[in-house]
Amino acid sequence: MRAKLDRLLFGDNQFFGVNHMSEDKARAQAMRFRDAAAVMEVLDAALDAGVRTFMCTTHDRISAICDRMRANPERYKEFTFYPSMPYAHKYANAVTEEGMFGALKRFLPDEGRLSAILRGGMAVARKDLEGLAAPLMDAEMKMFRGLSTPVIFLQNIVVDLLLGLGAKQAFRIFADQVRDRYRAEPGFITMNMPRLLPVLEEVGIDNPIICANINKLGFRMSGGLEANERVLRSGRFRAIAMSVFASGAIPPEEAIKWVCGQPNIASIVFGASRGANIRHTCELVDRYWPAASQERRALSAGTV
Amino acid sequence: MVRIAVAGLGKMGISHLSILKAHMDVDVVAVCDTAQYLLDILNKNTGVNVHSDFSRMLDEASPAALVLATPSAHHYEMARTALDRGISVFCEKPLTLAPDQSAELAALAQSRDVVHQVGYHYRFTSTFREVKRLIEADAIGQITHALAEAYGPVVLRPKGSTWRSRRSTGGGCLYDYAAHPINLLNWYFGMPAHVGGTSIGKVFSRDTDDEVYSTLYYDRPAGLTAQLSVNWCDESQRKMTTKLTLWGTNGRISADRQEVQAYLREPCGPLPDYQQGWNMRSTTHLAAPVWFYLRGEEYSAQLDHFVAAVAGRRPGGESCFESASQTDRVIAMLLADDSSDRRPDATAAKGVSRFFAKASAPFFSRQA
Repeated sequence: MRAKLDRLLFGDNQFFGVNHMSEDKARAQAMRFRDAAAVMEVLDAALDAGVRTFMCTTHDRISAICDRMRANPERYKEFTFYPSMPYAHKYANAVTEEGMFGALKRFLPDEGRLSAILRGGMAVARKDLEGLAAPLMDAEMKMFRGLSTPVIFLQNIVVDLLLGLGAKQAFRIFADQVRDRYRAEPGFITMNMPRLLPVLEEVGIDNPIICANINKLGFRMSGGLEANERVLRSGRFRAIAMSVFASGAIPPEEAIKWVCGQPNIASIVFGASRGANIRHTCELVDRYWPAASQERRALSAGTV
Repeated sequence: MVRIAVAGLGKMGISHLSILKAHMDVDVVAVCDTAQYLLDILNKNTGVNVHSDFSRMLDEASPAALVLATPSAHHYEMARTALDRGISVFCEKPLTLAPDQSAELAALAQSRDVVHQVGYHYRFTSTFREVKRLIEADAIGQITHALAEAYGPVVLRPKGSTWRSRRSTGGGCLYDYAAHPINLLNWYFGMPAHVGGTSIGKVFSRDTDDEVYSTLYYDRPAGLTAQLSVNWCDESQRKMTTKLTLWGTNGRISADRQEVQAYLREPCGPLPDYQQGWNMRSTTHLAAPVWFYLRGEEYSAQLDHFVAAVAGRRPGGESCFESASQTDRVIAMLLADDSSDRRPDATAAKGVSRFFAKASAPFFSRQA
């Protein structure tokens, strides 16, 4: 199963007060989007501009968005989610509060075998890790019931933690679970793209979907701009460019022109707080990336 | 290659382990923890050598350096054990729970001529480094007041069952959160002469503190005061937010992890890149790229600083034991000055004796 990625994806940082340039801006956005209605207004504007894929973290608040979409299936029949899991702060805070063992217990329903493993009574086999992953993933995916989720991402803190540790098989477990349990394609968000690709290939995940910072400034492109460009040129994966504007540090046109000139970019994920900004980004992408423009027009005309 | 061992595989230990394993000059020779299941999973999935006995790990793996991320109450004993063997130590913050012990470790590290560092990562955060540069260039003239804040959503209900929820083991807002802004003030201004009006209170916790407020008075710069305002029961914050605001005769600087905002009344000679009026610098421009990124450039940068020093490639010294022991001294001053029990509804158990309470058993002899 190979998902066809839309060229333009809509991101969610702006809805949750994430901004790499300014805490003030982040807070103003968090206030503006305190209601699901305000979020829906922007998602509607995106949809009307032909941007129908929402790449979002599995934050509790997304479930209200999912409810609204389910309530209006005709309007949102083309709408697609690319969930990214887990919502890491939830787990990090739980570990601080209750320790690793307590946190796992809180999020896992079945205590039997898990409990025995955690108490050191039993060796941990691969199928145990799968057994740990499955209920955690189910819990994160519950809010998307009945909605389209063709690609499911492992979120960057987890990807990069596992990558650094060298726990390579974990990527394979995630990929297998996504394919088997949700009939979806696995994706990986990372801040370390050049390092991640060979590891995914090593565990048999070919032509993977990798979402990483790709911007003219080189902001958070670990390993350096050159190594990132080299791995992009290799064409062995489908790259989704994020942080294209580096949280506003690069002027929009300069940012889009540069990223559209990079080889093998499958998609661009971008965030915006207002319809006008979404349309402006779409216009820029039309100018520098004609293929995306044709695809989006077809989408908004309802021919896809 | 620098041979490094990691002790303590909680949140910080695992994060350090990941960054170290991705470092080209590091060979992680062993890790140690009391949780057998964690050791088992790590050994099977990453191949790293695992130990449940700290001393044995040091004997068998013979590391050149140790990264110590065990619960704070175990830092003193474990760091001393490593230093006695001539092993360089990177210790998570706070260095210890007693300033005398911190001072002793600092002296021991000095005498052994090893590299020593404490995980005050804000000293490696690009924006706070920029503030240091501005202060050293006298950008805002004589600094008269500082406001050092940290807020976050850690304790949001009355429960908690780990060492982090007990002050006697080094848990609480004071050690976990307030230590960071205090350490930044130490970095910029050194030690305060005294502190006053301290209130270390509870919001939800039973056995530790959730908020810390105090005023710090400095002899140098003459007349400088700093206010500390820290609360880890603030759900309006997405994650920990540390903020510093400085007022001086020539303007004002405020900084958090993302951004520096500086207002200069008059241009500053040594800073031609800063103009009169408002100046904004954000992390997107200030942060130097790292070889491997996990949660923030500063976490990689601080470990690289340590590794490079152990390898003899670059001098270390940033966030050394001596500087961290200043922070522990300020924490002790705050505890001694704490007047939260004078509040009408005070429930806080004040007491320096509790604060110095020894850990019940050394980490390395504890059963999982």
